[in-house]
Amino acid sequence: MVARTRYAPDRGLTVRMGLTMFLLGLVFVAFVAAIIGISAAVHASDGAIVFFAVVLGGGLAIGSFFYSDKIALSTAGAQLVTPQQAPELHGIVDRICALADMPKPRIAISPTDLPNAFATGRNSEHAVLCVTRGLMRRLTPEELEGVIAHEMSHVAHKDVMVMTVASFLAIIAGLLIRFSFYGELFGGGGRRGGNNNNNQSALPILLIIMAVSIVVYAISFLLIRLLSRYRELAADRSGALLTGQPSALASALTKVSGSIARIPTKDLREAAPLNAFFFAPALSAQQAQSKLGELFSTHPSMEKRLAQLAKISQQLGQH
Amino acid sequence: MGFLDTLLGRTKPVQPNLDVLFQLPSAAVTLEAATGFTPTGTGSVCFRPVEGRAFADVEKDVRELLDMSGAKSGTLPVEVTKDSYGFTWLVSSHMSTEVEDLVTDLHAVNSALVDNGFGPQLLCTLVAFRDEQQRRLALVYLFKRGTFYPFAPLPGERRDSGLELQIKGVLEGDLKMEQDLSRWFPVWGAPGL
Repeated sequence: MVARTRYAPDRGLTVRMGLTMFLLGLVFVAFVAAIIGISAAVHASDGAIVFFAVVLGGGLAIGSFFYSDKIALSTAGAQLVTPQQAPELHGIVDRICALADMPKPRIAISPTDLPNAFATGRNSEHAVLCVTRGLMRRLTPEELEGVIAHEMSHVAHKDVMVMTVASFLAIIAGLLIRFSFYGELFGGGGRRGGNNNNNQSALPILLIIMAVSIVVYAISFLLIRLLSRYRELAADRSGALLTGQPSALASALTKVSGSIARIPTKDLREAAPLNAFFFAPALSAQQAQSKLGELFSTHPSMEKRLAQLAKISQQLGQH
Repeated sequence: MGFLDTLLGRTKPVQPNLDVLFQLPSAAVTLEAATGFTPTGTGSVCFRPVEGRAFADVEKDVRELLDMSGAKSGTLPVEVTKDSYGFTWLVSSHMSTEVEDLVTDLHAVNSALVDNGFGPQLLCTLVAFRDEQQRRLALVYLFKRGTFYPFAPLPGERRDSGLELQIKGVLEGDLKMEQDLSRWFPVWGAPGL
């Protein structure tokens, strides 16, 4: 007998996420085609800076991918803890891992009072789960379990890898903008001496590369943020289904977002680089509320997340 | 989990593997012959309750079912406890010689949850053993892995790792033992242990 399942996938979310990734790929292909076209037009005189940007950008992406756990832990000032040091936390993670059939991540605690949590590391074998003291102090065990299940879903979805690949394009475009800008300022003179045939075209070519890069950077930035918001929704969903307690996760969400908004801005700025990994973003209240703010945000709005969780709760309660 | 599921962020809850439980009675014989540990007749099922009416009803039905079968054979009623992690434990107690009956009871709980679509909520099943020196031992069955591991608690939240590894070696032929030691998570204060 096939067991019946209560865990219907959210088709809409899947389609939107797939479409976003497809568009990112499309922008990437268009970008590569444009750069090749431009380089071919000038007999590859500026191919060097493109090549350099790809190598440097690739290096940066691979570096941040392989060291994501160490970078995030040191940014958060977090310490790894043993089961003896934090038995309750380890107990919660043990149970979630057994429910989800996942290898157990390393566990770290960050001493900050900002209530938050993140999971990082390039794959589930190298994953690190970090929660802050502020989170453990404010949440009940059930809410903490919900947050940890959300973070473990990020690990299961390989979000560090997906977002690194997605950001690769933006990193290269960003580097090209910078290189062509400096190439414009300093590089132009030196090249003119050695290469007389191309010196007329060198200047506008750099400008075109810069313009294309700016456009690509802007589009991919928005797409990456959109993808990040979808992945947060997916993690909320999987986490809630994993524990069977969507309402506990929702209640954790309201508590965490409420207290983040009340904490002074200085703390927020320190926490900002880690935003993409966080359970809830460290944003000021008005930034989180405005429509435009949402477009640039790494996380979906509270209302969206709560609405999704309410829907899951309703589905789970049905006979 | 498939590549596409990962890419699209739609992990599905893992379904449990139930039938392996029926290998326990013969493993208990091997265990007694090799180490002197005998079943206490107590076992429990641990699962994560789901919020809402549907799960509460299933839980109630399971309890009534076990109580009815218990009343027929004259054993103790099923005991229900909640642990500090929010998990529910259903404890079934039989005579120490009735390992088959115990396993049948545990299986009834598991299959009731699975039939109602709550299979992914099952965490583990635990069967308790004692030896003549009153050392405690549990065989823990991980539903999602389909594997067993031994858990031997000592006073003060310590584990008798030597004993656990010895038991693993003894039972290797009878049961599929969990090879990844990091999955042998402790179940301190598990009811019925």
